Amino acid sequence: MPGTDPLLLDEISLLLVWTAVAIYVLAFIAYAIDLARRSDLAIKAKDEVVARELVTAGGGGVIDASPRPAASGTSSATPRYLWARMGTALVALGFLFHLAGDVLRGVAAGRVPWSNMYEFALTGTLLVVAVYLVVLTRFDLRFLGALITGLAVVLLGGATLAFHVEVVPLADPLKSVWLVIHVFVASLATALFALAFGLSVMQLLQTRRERKLALAASSDAPAPRRNFLQTLPNADALESLAYRFAIVGFIFWTFTLIAGSIWANDAWGRFWGFDTKEVWTFVIWVLYAGYIHARATRGWRGTRSAWLSIIGFAAVLFNFTIVNVFFKGLHAYSGLTT
Amino acid sequence: MSNSRSDLSPDRKKIVTDPLRPSDHADSAPAADEGRDDITSPRLGPVEWLRWGWRQLTSMRTALVLLLLLAIAAVPGSLVPQRGADPNGVTQYFTDNPDLAPVLDKLSLFDVYSSPWFSAIYILLFVSLIGCVLPRTQHHWKALRAQPPRTPARLTRLDDHRDVTVSVPGGQDASAVAASAVETAAAQLRRSGYRVARYDGRGAFSVSAERGYLRETGNLVFHIALVGVLIAVGVGGGFTYTGQRVLVEGQAFTNSLLDYSSFNPGRFVNTDTLAPYSMTLDRFDVSYVPPGQPGSGQAGDFAANVTTLTPDGQRQDGQVRVNHPLDVQGDRVYLLGNGYAPTVTIRNAEGVEVFHDSVAFLPQDANMTSLGVIKVADGMPEQLGLIGFFYPTMDTLTSGALTSTYGDLEYPVLTLRVYAGDLGIDDGTPRSVYTLDPTGMTQIAGGDSGTPALRLMPGETQDLPNGLGTITFENEAPAGTTGYAGSVKRFASLSIHRDLAGPWVLGFATLATLGLLAALFVPRRRMWVKATPHGDTVRVEYAGLARGEDPTLAAALDQIVERHRPALPAPTDQSPPSRPASDDQSRPDTGKVD
Ligand code: HEM
Repeated sequence: MPGTDPLLLDEISLLLVWTAVAIYVLAFIAYAIDLARRSDLAIKAKDEVVARELVTAGGGGVIDASPRPAASGTSSATPRYLWARMGTALVALGFLFHLAGDVLRGVAAGRVPWSNMYEFALTGTLLVVAVYLVVLTRFDLRFLGALITGLAVVLLGGATLAFHVEVVPLADPLKSVWLVIHVFVASLATALFALAFGLSVMQLLQTRRERKLALAASSDAPAPRRNFLQTLPNADALESLAYRFAIVGFIFWTFTLIAGSIWANDAWGRFWGFDTKEVWTFVIWVLYAGYIHARATRGWRGTRSAWLSIIGFAAVLFNFTIVNVFFKGLHAYSGLTT
Repeated sequence: MSNSRSDLSPDRKKIVTDPLRPSDHADSAPAADEGRDDITSPRLGPVEWLRWGWRQLTSMRTALVLLLLLAIAAVPGSLVPQRGADPNGVTQYFTDNPDLAPVLDKLSLFDVYSSPWFSAIYILLFVSLIGCVLPRTQHHWKALRAQPPRTPARLTRLDDHRDVTVSVPGGQDASAVAASAVETAAAQLRRSGYRVARYDGRGAFSVSAERGYLRETGNLVFHIALVGVLIAVGVGGGFTYTGQRVLVEGQAFTNSLLDYSSFNPGRFVNTDTLAPYSMTLDRFDVSYVPPGQPGSGQAGDFAANVTTLTPDGQRQDGQVRVNHPLDVQGDRVYLLGNGYAPTVTIRNAEGVEVFHDSVAFLPQDANMTSLGVIKVADGMPEQLGLIGFFYPTMDTLTSGALTSTYGDLEYPVLTLRVYAGDLGIDDGTPRSVYTLDPTGMTQIAGGDSGTPALRLMPGETQDLPNGLGTITFENEAPAGTTGYAGSVKRFASLSIHRDLAGPWVLGFATLATLGLLAALFVPRRRMWVKATPHGDTVRVEYAGLARGEDPTLAAALDQIVERHRPALPAPTDQSPPSRPASDDQSRPDTGKVD
């Protein structure tokens, strides 16, 4: 954009980003209310549909996004999702601001907007939200809405506060198509791992609830308190869905690893050198390989593998926060280092 | 979804076409001999022990534990500097933690990735992998040519099951209708990539179909390709070399061991047979963001313009840039760094030139304040050592100290402290050309010597202290240049690599990824179509069984039913799909994805 001041564009971009954060906060609140009300409605629905309970031992089991006769047959179905629907509408709105802010940042910089810590957070969270919205068209994962919006608010808000920098020309090592590919695919993988993580957390909660239910059924132990979990799919379905997101994420991560090595070979003359960033990319890859293995190992399916998915995502977040160390290493490129 | 895995397998007995799995795989039924794995078993001979140990090593659990151990063991290498990646960091660590560092060193924590414990983990993992994959490959090889298994007696027991009853039009034989319906189904299944086998008998006709062998093939390819990656790294590394060389503008070097400032050959590299070529640095380009703009002073667009001369007399111009190494005769030339190399001439009291060279000064900060050393070994009453600072754009801090405020040559100044005495190079001790140890020498200019440090701009000449002679900071700019552009030469620090491992590693990694895609996303499933004549009706059953993760099975079965319909007479009574009610609850997403 000739004639347009990049500083001004960046300022507008920042304004859009903060607006997006604010909208995400509202979405988070809506989703949180939804979760709280789900438990409320679950109690009311109890008397209404005792019969339905018989076939939903593990919970509602409704992931399918299409309207289901069984679910909409109950009177509580429509109000139940009002807050969730509002949350989703807000996420979509926030996403538009977020997208505009991201694009404007790219225009201001005259390059892809994922070249430093701030931009990486900006685009990374954008992709997390985008993947969530896309997935919503196929599966009703709105019970993860609070987690996703919470993550977006913390990461995007935090990065904007802590890492925002003015647009400056790219340092030489970053001028590479591999920056475009490698970082973008890594963000996509992160988004999928985030969803898998959320589902694994829900799976653990659901497993605990199912265990208590079974215990209550076979003895006179108290039944678990009713809460939103009752409206979620059963633990098996959650696990299987988590797995499906994780394997797609794993493929992207494998690609990230390979693309990173190719780039490293161009930039530093070696494709692998166990530098901090490389170590963590490798650790994450091995952790998720372990998770996939665990799912095929007797005694590890279920709760244990879910923990691996959670640990894997914790490593992803850790890796993300030490990115700035990585970039510092590249910026010191101007002189002899040995 | 796991509920249609082999725990519902129609035949309890082992099916040949099933992939072979370690006994503790989630899909293998807990074997009756599982107990034998425990210590409760009666006396074991050495062979049994070996077999037992091997079984343990090649089990899923061991693979998993080793994978997790590998992940954990890799972490310390990111917390403690590593000799391979950051040798200076290690030195610094020893200085900062004199007590802790030797202990960590004993534990190989500065060489994590070549440490005995890290090696042990990955070697065990790969032994386990090979031990696991070889029998599976052999088994899969046979399975690829085996027939799909016999149709189970009661298809209704399967989760995914559909049922249609049709009445036979007058004048036709029910058995013939059934047989032809199955024949069509078999043809259709074969066309959609299934391997099929007919099993007729006991008053029924059926086709058994299986597809997705590619899933297991992909799995095996993936695991074997990982071994390939490891071998390529290990063996290829032996044939790989890297060498470093600093070139000042106008200088040339030949690709031979002698001409490198440092050289790290792999174990199998013959250093006498390096590709014979020479390379001249003609010009080094760099651009700076002008003052007043965001990122002002930032340097970029580094480019070393070189001419290579190959033994056959071919001359070629090339450019070495960051991210864009130059290929020369199979070597790759990388740009590691750059800086200024002031040209200095020193004459003794008789006016005889005793030193003339362009000396690479190492940059110390982003504005290219650079540090360098000049050593004059001969031609003076005593040896001379000069420690110099070069400021491309000099400015004075309020403290009086000099600094550089910009990386380009706006106001270039060279300052030098001078020492006289013994340089300590005559006894053959190797000394770095970038450092000077002035112990045992007398400072004769700069510091507390009473004589101020020398300060020169390009083109200037000054007297050395004590009437020792003169020193000139040569101006290298072509005559008639205004300003200081080009007045000081630049140098490029190049790194020359021959990497035989790289292409192989990339090849195997790509293969692994392709294998992984097949292993994770190709559905492996069995389908059966069975037609049973009953008087003047025929009951046609369809059933599917997933082998492994297969969220789209139900949809695929529906599609088969749909496609088969035209081959049947009009149905008398189409019973609703007999999917168990609970199925809707536990697999709500099936049928949604295709
Ligand atoms: C370098 C170490 C290893 C890595 C990185 C690794 C990684 C993986 C990955 C990513 C998968 C999922 C893809 C697929 O299903 O084909 C997988 C599957 C599998 N791996 Fe490995 N693996 C390793 C070692 C081993 C070892 C030592 C064994 C034998 C004990 C083994 C046995 C299996 C089996 C049987 C499967 C299929 C699981 C299923 O049925 O879904 N792997 N592995």
